[in-house]
Amino acid sequence: MVAITDDTAAERAELPVMARWATAIRRNPTIAAGAVLLAVLVSLAILAPWLTVDPLKQATINRLRPPSERFWFGTDQFGRDIFARTLHGARVSLIVGLTVAAISGVIGLALGIVCGYFRRIDGIVMRIMDGIMAIPSILLAIALITLTRPGLAVVIIAIVIPEVPRVVRVVRSVVLSIRGQPYIDSAIAGGTRGFKLLARHVLPNTLAPLIVQATYICAAGMLIEAALSFLGAGVPPEIPSWGNIIAQGRNFFQIAPWTILIPGVFLALTVLAVNLMGDGLRDRLDPRLARRM
Amino acid sequence: MTAYILRRLLATLPVMAVVAVFVFFLLRIAPGDPAAIIAGEDATREAIEAVRAKLGLDRPILEQFALWLWRLAQGDLGVSIFSNLPVTRLIGQRLEPTVALTLSTLLVAVALAIPIGVVAAWQVRKLADRLVMIFAVLGFAVPGFLAAYVLIYIFAVQLQWLPVQGYRPIAEGLWPFVEGLILPSVALGVTYMALIARITRASMLEVLSQDYIRTANSKGLATRRVLLLHALKNAAVPIVTVIGIGIALLISGVVITETVFNIPGLGRLTVDAVLKRDYPIVQGLILVFAAVKVLVNLVIDISYAFLDPRIRY
Repeated sequence: MVAITDDTAAERAELPVMARWATAIRRNPTIAAGAVLLAVLVSLAILAPWLTVDPLKQATINRLRPPSERFWFGTDQFGRDIFARTLHGARVSLIVGLTVAAISGVIGLALGIVCGYFRRIDGIVMRIMDGIMAIPSILLAIALITLTRPGLAVVIIAIVIPEVPRVVRVVRSVVLSIRGQPYIDSAIAGGTRGFKLLARHVLPNTLAPLIVQATYICAAGMLIEAALSFLGAGVPPEIPSWGNIIAQGRNFFQIAPWTILIPGVFLALTVLAVNLMGDGLRDRLDPRLARRM
Repeated sequence: MTAYILRRLLATLPVMAVVAVFVFFLLRIAPGDPAAIIAGEDATREAIEAVRAKLGLDRPILEQFALWLWRLAQGDLGVSIFSNLPVTRLIGQRLEPTVALTLSTLLVAVALAIPIGVVAAWQVRKLADRLVMIFAVLGFAVPGFLAAYVLIYIFAVQLQWLPVQGYRPIAEGLWPFVEGLILPSVALGVTYMALIARITRASMLEVLSQDYIRTANSKGLATRRVLLLHALKNAAVPIVTVIGIGIALLISGVVITETVFNIPGLGRLTVDAVLKRDYPIVQGLILVFAAVKVLVNLVIDISYAFLDPRIRY
């Protein structure tokens, strides 16, 4: 048994880099597909200022031009280049998605651990979480935005609040499930307490489900941001986010469908990439969940 | 059974209480001066004070809360800032299109997604199953408005089979009513269908691996009989759960779909209220939507007891 594992390990170490990548891709085709797609989209987003013209530059002489060699994705009613706007929109979407996932992940993790640890606080916090979850997330975000001045930060906060309970639930259930485990008891008996216990035994267990949940929240965050901007309740209209581009193309949809379909497809591809990563990671990190879906 | 239903009914009270407290205090703890924001950019001092008085923000907070709760208990959701009409009446006027849209989506989605999921589980790892899974993965990624615009582009603009947008009440005849609902229902239902199909497939796969299915197959029962009578019935609990959970998706989606298709329902009411910053309407709609969601969850919980007699409480 030992000899066999040593053999394969040695073999694997000798494999050239390319072959090792090939094995990794064959084993996790979903993660690989998602990662490649996402990498392409992220590079386009980062390189947007160098790849495109100014996304805000108006030129009425070029208004509503269909996709062509000069305007790859066509232009909108102000003659703005949709290719430039779409690539810049990727930046907004990705920033919102990642920030929402990170913030709700951190807040949810903290609250989830507190709930799992302290039974007295648990009851109150979970009732509040149930209440927040009863409100459809887009409506909650809309309500928050009604009461403040528009801006990217407000949109992010408004999306984070309805997403936090989902993280709290996942983390709390992990903490509750490991509470009574013998290795936790023995760690406590061995003198591991407080922060050390948390860092060494509790956090590592929450990590896998937390990462999986974070990818889904990232995807949901991007969809909600686009929906809010589309409704006119998202980021300020002068920012070229995908939702804003689509909203501004609405009245011209029948004569210039590219202004809506192209940013829409980009949004779907980005969400698809993140979801594929999430599905792949879930199958890899949490086999129990994988079997259920 | 009755005791269980009563207990579940009581458990919805704290959730609704949290929702009520939440929407009430949201307005009070919002950063900056909500009265000034609602009144608009270049509002005069008097206009801001008028909004403040209308929202009751000039009175002690506990008094406001007590008054608000008292009115809420009587079914009074307050008065719109701009039209001065009671929020309940505004909601009542816009109810029909939204109920029609939601129900038709529910119908279309369930009628299509469950058979799709059953076929996928039956044909597992074959072409049909692969196609269903691709649809399921895409269904989660495609935003509602993209699905809506693609459908409009194909079926309304290019083929001209169906109207581009608009809503006809059922009183104006059945076909105009149905015609206007087809595209919005499919657009709204895409993600929902993906969700139901995926769970149906997973739940069916689990049941199909059971011994009694092998017995049913080996004693020569027709495949259709085994699939529908023996398997689907036992796979029902997760499917019903997800149909219920998905109602939340529909509620959020209604806001988008009604905007794209210009349907004068609660979704449009929400968007118009947000754009005018008419907070009492937004507040009332949140309460109504949350109540619907809580109620649906209650119905699902109770339905378990009927679907699976082994579940005892």
